[in-house]
Amino acid sequence: MKKFNVFSLARETLRGHKGWGKQWDNPEPKKQYDVIIVGAGGHGLGTAYYLAKEHGITNIAVLEKGWLGGGNTGRNTTIIRSNYLYDESAGLYNHSLKLWETLSQELDYNVMFSQRGVMMLAHNVHDVQSAQRHVHANRLNGVDNQWLTPQQAKEFCPPLNISKDIRYPVMGAALQKKGGTARHDAVAWGYARKASAMGVDIIQNCEVTGINRSPDGKVTGVETTRGTIGAKQVGVVAAGHTSVLMEMAGVRMPLESYPLQALVSEPVKPCFPCVVMSNAVHAYISQSDKGELVIGAGTDSYVSYSQTGSLHILQHTLDAIIELYPIFSRMKMLRTWGGIVDVTPDRSPILSKTPVQGLYVNCGWGTGGFKATPGSANVFAHTIARDEPHKINAGFNLDRFKTGRLIDEAAAAAVAH
Amino acid sequence: MLLIHCPYCEDDRPELEFANAGQAHVVRPSHMSEMSDEDFEGMFFIRDNPKGVNLERWRHIHGCGRFFNAVRHTVTDKFLKVYRAGEPRPTDAELAELLK
Ligand SMILES: Cc1cc2nc3c(=O)[nH]c(=O)nc-3n(C[C@H](O)[C@H](O)[C@H](O)COP(=O)(O)OP(=O)(O)OC[C@H]3O[C@@H](n4cnc5c(N)ncnc54)[C@H](O)[C@@H]3O)c2cc1C
Ligand SMILES: [Zn+2]
Repeated sequence: MKKFNVFSLARETLRGHKGWGKQWDNPEPKKQYDVIIVGAGGHGLGTAYYLAKEHGITNIAVLEKGWLGGGNTGRNTTIIRSNYLYDESAGLYNHSLKLWETLSQELDYNVMFSQRGVMMLAHNVHDVQSAQRHVHANRLNGVDNQWLTPQQAKEFCPPLNISKDIRYPVMGAALQKKGGTARHDAVAWGYARKASAMGVDIIQNCEVTGINRSPDGKVTGVETTRGTIGAKQVGVVAAGHTSVLMEMAGVRMPLESYPLQALVSEPVKPCFPCVVMSNAVHAYISQSDKGELVIGAGTDSYVSYSQTGSLHILQHTLDAIIELYPIFSRMKMLRTWGGIVDVTPDRSPILSKTPVQGLYVNCGWGTGGFKATPGSANVFAHTIARDEPHKINAGFNLDRFKTGRLIDEAAAAAVAH
Repeated sequence: MLLIHCPYCEDDRPELEFANAGQAHVVRPSHMSEMSDEDFEGMFFIRDNPKGVNLERWRHIHGCGRFFNAVRHTVTDKFLKVYRAGEPRPTDAELAELLK
């Protein structure tokens, strides 16, 4: 693996960028590993990276049915923030935010983390009260968040329409200045590159079709489209397909999988300085460094693995976007796509041991897990290496649906990205 | 957008007239306070979430307002069958027949 620095850049510029080489290996699967991670999204690749780096476990395979980063990691609108209501969430998402701040240096790979600020709009009295409650709760937890009047919101984001006579008038906003965006593909690629360099086997086009167990119930490995592969521990990090995989080990999950869509416009000059979200009208918008407006929509209402979504969902989002930002009414949209998101009843993730010994699960990130990629991977690696959760993810266990100790961000925010 | 057949109105109508109401045939107990935590979890939180044939409830909310059940494939999103609330769950053999 070549280091990226000013000298290597200069050298490669002079020889026409012919010497960079492959960023990660493409090995054949071995017969046996210490740990298998199912799913090469950001969370799975990151887990392998932290297992190798912080826990000295390098005999790892990451198995991916498609191409690495081709799941929700490469399909999301890249919003990063940590202003969640409950203590457990604040702990997890803020752990992640801190890791984001140094991730490019850590991975020697530019993940283009940009702390341009994330503003969440309030459109009615209930929104105002719940947003202000979030601001206060966040401050008590040391999470940056502040309340803005409509005028202040407009100063922070000039294209915003704060007229009082629109369908969803802006009555204020919560602003997390440390929030922002990052380049989603680069996160997967950066983790893959570093993990591969430390000896992790990343095996693409390898779908897991079964989970093997010994007579006493312990995990012994997996069946795949490229043969049987043994492992002492298996971590399932498969987002929308988690229920399907866990079923292979006889574990039924509190999850439902829904299509979630996003779209981008034609690229234009910089005109939108921050990220703005509106939970009430399901519209999320920012501008990429390429100049495209990146717009996130809502989920379809029914379980589906189709990886597309309905047109009327997009239209509903664009209705709201145009009303809130009239300057975009003539923009052309270039592409739309969908991902399959795995949603838990309390809208909080599950990072947990399971009833099956040697089987671990990291899922339930739903519509908002990109922001958590480094923190989730970091504590999940700990959970696998020590066979017990890190204190940051202890509350995010699978048992909570039995004990009733939910982390009910669903009730706190209705929806969340 | 899906085109959904309402078994009461006996007509195909756009998805916008309907609301999905989750997994079908989840039986609500009459004595919830006597349930074990495991049973409560199973009834309230655990879901089939299949990649394949799904049994689900729909409500024709902007039409006749009534609930019905549907068999739908979650990869193609195709409806294989709709039937009225209260009618029995199709047997596995019937489901296999629908898939042919
Ligand atoms: C349109 C959209 C917008 C979003 N916007 C945001 C946002 O703005 N901010 C935010 O924080 N989050 C957002 N999210 C959510 C975020 O994308 C996800 O929570 C996060 O990327 C999940 O990462 P992951 O690594 O767990 O999953 P993924 O990246 O989906 O990785 C899982 C991998 O598992 C693989 N897999 C599945 N089954 C198998 C199998 N049997 N064998 C082998 N491999 C398998 C898949 O192919 C996939 O590559 C959005 C999601 C979508 C779809
Ligand atoms: Zn009807």
